[in-house]
Amino acid sequence: MKVVLENLTKIFPGRGRKARGEVTAVGDFSYEFPDGKLIGLLGPSGCGKSTTLHLISGLQKPTGGRIFFGDEDVTELPPEKRGIGLVFQNYALYPHLTVEQNILFPLQNFKGKDKLSRTRMLEMAEEAAKLVQIEELMDRRPGELSGGQQQRVAIARALVKMPRVLLLDEPLSNLDARLRLQTREEIRRIQRETGITTIFVTHDQEEAMSISDQIVVMKEGIVQQTGRPQEVYDDPVNLFVAKFLGTPPINVFVGHVQGSRLYIGADAVLGVTGVPDGEVYVGVRPEGFVPCGDGPFACDLRGIEVMGRDTSLVLSNEVSLNPVIRAIVGGETPVNEDMQTVRFELKSGKVFLFDQETEKRMYFEGSRL
Amino acid sequence: MEKKKGYDKIERDMKVRRRGKQTVIYVLLSLWAAIVLFPFYWMLLTSVKSYSAYNSEYIPRFYTLSPTLENYADAFTAVPLGNYLLNTLIFAVITTVIMLVVIILAAFAFARLDFKGKNIVFVVFLSLMMIPNELVMITNFVTITNLDLRNTFAGLILPSVTSVFYIYLLKENFEQIPDSLYYAAKVDGTSDLKYLWKVMLPISKPTLVTVTILKVIECWNSYVWPRLITDDEAYYLVSNGIQEIRENGFGRENIPAMMAAVTVISLPLILLFLLFRRKIMEGVVRGGTKG
Amino acid sequence: MRKGFFHDNDFKGWLYLLPAILFLGAFLVYPLIDVWIYSFEEGYNSAAQTYFGVGPYNYSYVLHDPYFLQAVKNTFILVVITVPLSTGIALMISLGLHSIGPLKGLFQTVFFLPYVTNTLAIGLVFMILFKKTAYSEGMINLLINWFGGNSVDFIEGPYWAKMFVLCVYTIWVVMPFKILILTSALASVNEEYYNAARVDGTSSFRIFIRITLPMISPMIFYLVITGFIGAFKAYSDVVALFGTNLNAAGMNTMVGYIYDMLYGDSGGYPSYASSSAILLFVIVLTVTCINLLISKRKIHV
Repeated sequence: MKVVLENLTKIFPGRGRKARGEVTAVGDFSYEFPDGKLIGLLGPSGCGKSTTLHLISGLQKPTGGRIFFGDEDVTELPPEKRGIGLVFQNYALYPHLTVEQNILFPLQNFKGKDKLSRTRMLEMAEEAAKLVQIEELMDRRPGELSGGQQQRVAIARALVKMPRVLLLDEPLSNLDARLRLQTREEIRRIQRETGITTIFVTHDQEEAMSISDQIVVMKEGIVQQTGRPQEVYDDPVNLFVAKFLGTPPINVFVGHVQGSRLYIGADAVLGVTGVPDGEVYVGVRPEGFVPCGDGPFACDLRGIEVMGRDTSLVLSNEVSLNPVIRAIVGGETPVNEDMQTVRFELKSGKVFLFDQETEKRMYFEGSRL
Repeated sequence: MEKKKGYDKIERDMKVRRRGKQTVIYVLLSLWAAIVLFPFYWMLLTSVKSYSAYNSEYIPRFYTLSPTLENYADAFTAVPLGNYLLNTLIFAVITTVIMLVVIILAAFAFARLDFKGKNIVFVVFLSLMMIPNELVMITNFVTITNLDLRNTFAGLILPSVTSVFYIYLLKENFEQIPDSLYYAAKVDGTSDLKYLWKVMLPISKPTLVTVTILKVIECWNSYVWPRLITDDEAYYLVSNGIQEIRENGFGRENIPAMMAAVTVISLPLILLFLLFRRKIMEGVVRGGTKG
Repeated sequence: MRKGFFHDNDFKGWLYLLPAILFLGAFLVYPLIDVWIYSFEEGYNSAAQTYFGVGPYNYSYVLHDPYFLQAVKNTFILVVITVPLSTGIALMISLGLHSIGPLKGLFQTVFFLPYVTNTLAIGLVFMILFKKTAYSEGMINLLINWFGGNSVDFIEGPYWAKMFVLCVYTIWVVMPFKILILTSALASVNEEYYNAARVDGTSSFRIFIRITLPMISPMIFYLVITGFIGAFKAYSDVVALFGTNLNAAGMNTMVGYIYDMLYGDSGGYPSYASSSAILLFVIVLTVTCINLLISKRKIHV
């Protein structure tokens, strides 16, 4: 089931006399969530991603725009008529019910001709439990489960009534680091097995990048960019998206273009064509640095962190906007700790230029100097 | 070596002093315990002394060698004690049940629903908590009299139902249930009433139990309102019954029989307390006051 | 989108509140307004439901009634004696409870017992203990005799003896609540403060004055305020000891006066009852406000 948003808008009225200003939580959001895919809604907190999820679920009513599931307009439908499954950030399991009763709960609400027999309900609960591998926990209560297990129960409860769309709100944020890795694979697997269109919200770009088929990057209620994770990473449309995606984050410098040459500070680092002369922001991905004895770009070395396969250089430079610059280089690097400064060549595909006023991407043809 | 000895001595002194202090504390606490328990002991003791034995003791004795249960038989036969108990039970149960329904619905509205004027009503409710009962009882007495409800259960119960404080207590409790549970239930198509019944009430059970017990205690002990509203012995509650017994029952001087009646009346609450000791004490800490 | 004055949710919210509003309106809000009206209706006749005029006469009558003045005097004596005494003793007992290990639960349970007993019933027991009759000296007089004193009739004897019994019983009744509140206040003081103070070599008396007392002072003030309010409304414990004819016994309280005016042998005057109830309310309000003012200045939070 594809989910289509048309000019979706949600404006919260200002509260009270003091805060009169309206808040646009979601502004003019149009997008088609493809059928059967796992889509990540990504952005910093307060960017409107959770509101978007609530609008899709029907828990909140949009101020404007429409929502379609397939060809059906569901904008006016209450949540229970939409056929969605929703997993909450804190799981929202009923603490006084056992795992099995929690999973059965949605089924017991069916009325009239949809009413299910007791055995059929138990069968469906069993199936859902099997899918998330919690069959042996059915008699426990949520309080006796670990965070990861609660998460699975919440997913089972959302899936049991076979929703058309599965919505997950920050599904991994309450888990510790190790479980997070494991659980995201699990979500990926469950999504593949069921083929249900799944939309999940996260502020963790790594999480979104690692499992999503598509990501939607939002900021202050406005969609910045959509696309496959790698595409967005390799080709950000503005400084915000470039900064938001990637670990370690992109290094940003103040630079300028003069006569088809890109300068960072006093160093001319790259030949660029197609960009007018003037001040720019320069973004360089950590993997865009190539240590090179006579490279054009010099940075002061602060330290070296060896992380198994890769080596991370911690550097500084006067014109860097980040407090430290991080460069990821291969294991066999000529750099050692005795060096004061390191010189680099920059990979032009890993260098992005942004307009200083609009912060929009400026495209260029790069060349080595 | 010298020094080591010194430390030993200090340590020993400390221990002796602490033990001495503890002993004094235990003695004082036991003394208060005795003061608390003595009336109960005296009540039980007197209730098993026979009438003649009691009256022959010019100097009361602290024990009896020939306990008897005949006072208990008297208590139930000479005055309608069973009737008082039954009345009180009916009064306590119905009042508590109605109160529970009222406060659950109101607390749910305040905690879970959004509607125009909610905050204003809530402030009004809170300010009503400060109104002393004595101030409104006069009109209530007149109202109930005019409605011709004196000497009826309706007259006893209706003005005793309201408990603004319990609405407040329950509302606070309801609000601690995460919103996401409500949304989860909404997504599954659960109606408000079903959510209240199936999710909120089971989760809030401890508070409901506390409120119930406190209200039952309040009903069991209520004296002033029943005294105003009943003058027909058939509708007396235990407190009024006691007063009646004291002034007219048992020929005034049959104190052992009186004590037997008092014991019978006190026992249910004491048992309730011993059963739900922790719940009751927690509930009182969270905001009960006497009466 | 739905239309109309009431949004769907508005209607639902009010519907859920309706029972509470009905009960509160009929038995709390309406009476609250009505009591003021009554208090100014002069010469109200409860049988005919008529009155002569409107004015402050009821207040003037009540304020000149010797029974009312007696009741005010009794109430004030009771308040002034029992509130500080019971709070002080409760504080000592709670400190004792807080510092012991074994038997703590048992003591707590025993100390709480009076809370769950019927005031009237145990009051009767107290009466028996203190009463001196033709047939018996009574328990307490026996103790007094042992220590070489002369026996007194505490129930029908001199005024100070009756007041003494009343104070003893009142303290006995209010103690459990105070002990419980203070013990839980003491238990909620973070243990680390004590440890920190002990490391600095602070004496236990100084710890009490400088740490414990300030930390639990909000609760003490809460107890004092509720204690004042409760004691001003004393009635059923007085009835338990001295019977319903309190005016004759000279032991009436303000609440007792209100009820006697309303109902009973001297009853049938809801106007006098109303004005005395409002006078009581004004006194309690004033005392509470004074308390709050003092506590605002003194309390450490």
